[in-house]
Amino acid sequence: MIEQKPLHDGLFSWPDSDPEILGSRCNECGQHAFPPQNSCRNCTGNNTSVVGLGREGTLWTWTIQTFMPKDPYLTDETPETFVPYGVGYVELECGLRVESRLRQNTTSDLAIGMPMTLEIIPIRKDDQGIELVTFQFTKKEPN
Amino acid sequence: MDVAIVGLGLHPFGRSPSLSGLEQGAIAARAAMADAGTDFKAMQFAFGGSQDGGNADSMVNLLGLTGLQFTNIWNGCATGGSSLNAAYSAIKSGQYDIGLVTGFDKHPRGAFNPKPSEWGLDDWYGETGLMLTTQFFAMKLQRYMHDYNISRETLVSVAEKAFRNGSVTPTAWRQAALSREEIEQAPMVSEPLNKYMFCSPAEGGCALVICRADIAHNYTSKPIYLKTAVVRSRNYGSFEVFAPSQAPFVAESPTVTASRTAFELAGIGPEDVDVAQLQDTEVGAEIMHMAENGFCAHGDQEQWIAEGRTEITGALPVNTDGGCLANGEPVGASGLRQVYEICHQLRGSAGARQVPNSPKVGYTHVYGAPGISGVNILAV
Repeated sequence: MIEQKPLHDGLFSWPDSDPEILGSRCNECGQHAFPPQNSCRNCTGNNTSVVGLGREGTLWTWTIQTFMPKDPYLTDETPETFVPYGVGYVELECGLRVESRLRQNTTSDLAIGMPMTLEIIPIRKDDQGIELVTFQFTKKEPN
Repeated sequence: MDVAIVGLGLHPFGRSPSLSGLEQGAIAARAAMADAGTDFKAMQFAFGGSQDGGNADSMVNLLGLTGLQFTNIWNGCATGGSSLNAAYSAIKSGQYDIGLVTGFDKHPRGAFNPKPSEWGLDDWYGETGLMLTTQFFAMKLQRYMHDYNISRETLVSVAEKAFRNGSVTPTAWRQAALSREEIEQAPMVSEPLNKYMFCSPAEGGCALVICRADIAHNYTSKPIYLKTAVVRSRNYGSFEVFAPSQAPFVAESPTVTASRTAFELAGIGPEDVDVAQLQDTEVGAEIMHMAENGFCAHGDQEQWIAEGRTEITGALPVNTDGGCLANGEPVGASGLRQVYEICHQLRGSAGARQVPNSPKVGYTHVYGAPGISGVNILAV
């Protein structure tokens, strides 16, 4: 089995059989932020707690990244192997809209309001060969 | 103390392989001072900004070491707005009588590649491909089109106008008008925006000489009065660039708050404006900024643009020099180019792109990451 670790700690619960997005909730005004932060963007306070924000939401807006971005983009892709990816804001249950890569990458597969679910994907290998993983959202299939 | 703009200088936007960004800024500065019939020895202060062209105050090596106060300003794409705001305050407060505002840049080809650490973000955000301004503009517009029924035809019309206006602007980068078909068939960059719907990073320089209104006639027969210069950052809930998360609601943008304050301070309303420059980093930005600046209701842009109201001959000409779309965006200079163009329109010296019937009141709006807007109201 390939060894994996998060590209960045604290963005999603890990390791976890059912990972969820991690955010912060302001203990004064109740507003959330992602990634978690100690201060509050809404009320200017600095009294927050890290909370799980779930793994499901709806697509609030989206676009498609058609060309391979320049640095600081860092994956194992080349311009030849680059695959366009969707980018969107997913509105979570708490109302916070989290920016994410999307598995869907065509106009016919993306629509405002569609139900989305979290998945953890490999993004690149580090110099020790460990596979670094990050989060993205994908269309939620009906049960 | 009232404030006047008495000198206008511009180094043409586009590509100038033989000149550094700083040199283009210095050329613009000398042109502005010559336009005012004065020189660098007379300048008591300067504010300047550049993203990729080096420190603005290095310009003293090219203009002369006179010992003046020279302060560098940096506010992303809104740098020009912030520089002019600082100069406005310097005159308004009575601290100085006359000074220079300058901006220049020289960007590499292709999209900007900002570093997360410079914007308070961690590396993962850039490494996973979320830190592109093009994505933000596309996503803001995508939602706006959904909420307010803006059509793709309207996006094409704005691009068509920009390049048509650029074709009658001798200093513009893009000098060729484009047909609707050419625009429609351009390669997609970031849905719903294609290649001709985005402006590109470019090169260029712009400068203004600004002074106390009561001495303005020593420098020009046609002073342009800077009624107000307002800069605002974002409030919680404003949908902004470089944001890993957004609030659960959409609040007023910094453009709305800067615009409203500017109109209040100037004591006029949007209906009094004869000619406007609105930040058009892409076609959707111009459309959305028409409403955010108070010129029409959200959704009314569809009708306004279909009726040609923002054309040079329309009721509210917008981006008469082709805006960022036709001029490109040298970040440090771009906000000042807007003011340069409005000053020419109010002087009646805009040539083939002159708005008819002697416009009296002009308006400029610049927007930059991560949510800064600068609004200026100008009048003769």
